[in-house]
Amino acid sequence: MASDLLHVTVLSIFVSVSATLLASAMAVPLGTVMGLHKFRGREVVKTFTYTLYGFPPVVAGLLIYLLLSQRGPLGSLNLLFTPAAMILAQMVLVFPIITGLTMSSVSQVAGEVKETAMTLGADRWQTAKTVLNEARIGVISAIMVGFGRAIAEVGAVLMVGGNIRWHTRVLTTAIVLETRRGNFEYALVLGAVLLTVALIVFFVLKRYQDKGVKI
Amino acid sequence: MVGIRKVQHRKFITVLVVLALITAGLAAWWYIESKRDDILVLATTTSTYDSGLLDEIVPDFEETYGVRVKTIAMGTGQALELGRNGDADVILVHAPEREEEFVEEGYGKYRYEVMYNEFVLVGPEDDPAGVRGSQDVSEAFNRLYENRGSITFCSRGDDSGTHIKEIELWEDAGFDHDEIDSQAHSHWYKSLGQGMGDTLRTANELDGYALTDEATYISLKEEVSGLDIHFSGDQELFNQYGVIPVCENMNPNVNNELGEEFASWIVSEEVQDMIDNYIIDGEKIFTANAQI
Repeated sequence: MASDLLHVTVLSIFVSVSATLLASAMAVPLGTVMGLHKFRGREVVKTFTYTLYGFPPVVAGLLIYLLLSQRGPLGSLNLLFTPAAMILAQMVLVFPIITGLTMSSVSQVAGEVKETAMTLGADRWQTAKTVLNEARIGVISAIMVGFGRAIAEVGAVLMVGGNIRWHTRVLTTAIVLETRRGNFEYALVLGAVLLTVALIVFFVLKRYQDKGVKI
Repeated sequence: MVGIRKVQHRKFITVLVVLALITAGLAAWWYIESKRDDILVLATTTSTYDSGLLDEIVPDFEETYGVRVKTIAMGTGQALELGRNGDADVILVHAPEREEEFVEEGYGKYRYEVMYNEFVLVGPEDDPAGVRGSQDVSEAFNRLYENRGSITFCSRGDDSGTHIKEIELWEDAGFDHDEIDSQAHSHWYKSLGQGMGDTLRTANELDGYALTDEATYISLKEEVSGLDIHFSGDQELFNQYGVIPVCENMNPNVNNELGEEFASWIVSEEVQDMIDNYIIDGEKIFTANAQI
């Protein structure tokens, strides 16, 4: 039971951290650009992004399943029922959230900071960095919310991971299984472990939020 | 200023390198994983899996054949669909008619019977529908229907093997199941769309009746202490499990060889004995009945 618990916890962290990092790597730059620049159709893109906040995890799971199934277009990659598929599914769910929230917080500080930085002779790259640093509380909150969604999500990873012991079982799918089996106490223990993991991750992120990230 | 910028750039590059490494690691990992041919994907039902039987017997298969088994527990409908899509190599479910269809359509190679347990009709202790003492299961279901004004019936409603069986039993008792299902607004027939454990817990809360496999009821007995078995033992209530290796004709990526080995293994005398000897809380859960 103890080695089960350890495996499930480590896999949970691995999958959700990877999904959040990979999604952030694309979503933060994209959100920054969208927050800094006014372009045609920006409001439409914004509304569309916000709509995807409510993307149902099970639907994300179903779409990824159909994509990765042997009968699907990417079936030959043999990704179904692997952690990679779970990471992909969580990325789909997390990406719009991080993009949208980054965009909001960047556009909030953009006007003033952008002008000041440009007056001081900053180039576009430096301006973007300065704005991003000013908006960091919002941006890191965006990543936190994204991670929170990823680690707590169950429908999508159950569908594309299959909740396979030693392979794709994570904390949330294990909670579903143990509840179904009637092991309520163990399910609660798993829930507590999940919250502890979230606590540690959020603690680390909050420190960056307070002190700032120098990149 | 130049110095600080250099440091900043270095940090930025470090972040990029770490991300690239994660991606590369993942790519390498699933590439290696996808090249393995010693993995068997077994699609089965939640009731089979939740009983713990597979955790008990599957390691023997893994050791004997030097392979790894990925067991995926879903509803019968979903398990068969995984087979149709070529995403599972072997299927262990309990809906004989559906299984035979699956083989006839060419998705499955053949079907062996593996084991059975029993479905039982549970309900509130005082049995308000008076199901107890029915001659056969048809009579029991008729009594449920006659008393529909004062009872609740909780149906799985999820296309699982148990749900399919329940539909069959209503039809055999002379009812049109679709019609009963559409009486949802009458509040006595509740289609839950949930697993067996959740259905039993709901029935327990609502003082309702439910059709359940005996194994799940036994394993949850303490939690659903408001429910008693009111009808059992009819031949019609046998819950037959079958194993089907998925045919490689439809999907060349299916590991048919291992699938067939699994099918032969689970009907072997040794494993059949293991099934017979699997006991929870002093009660036998499954009876092996493969015809070897």
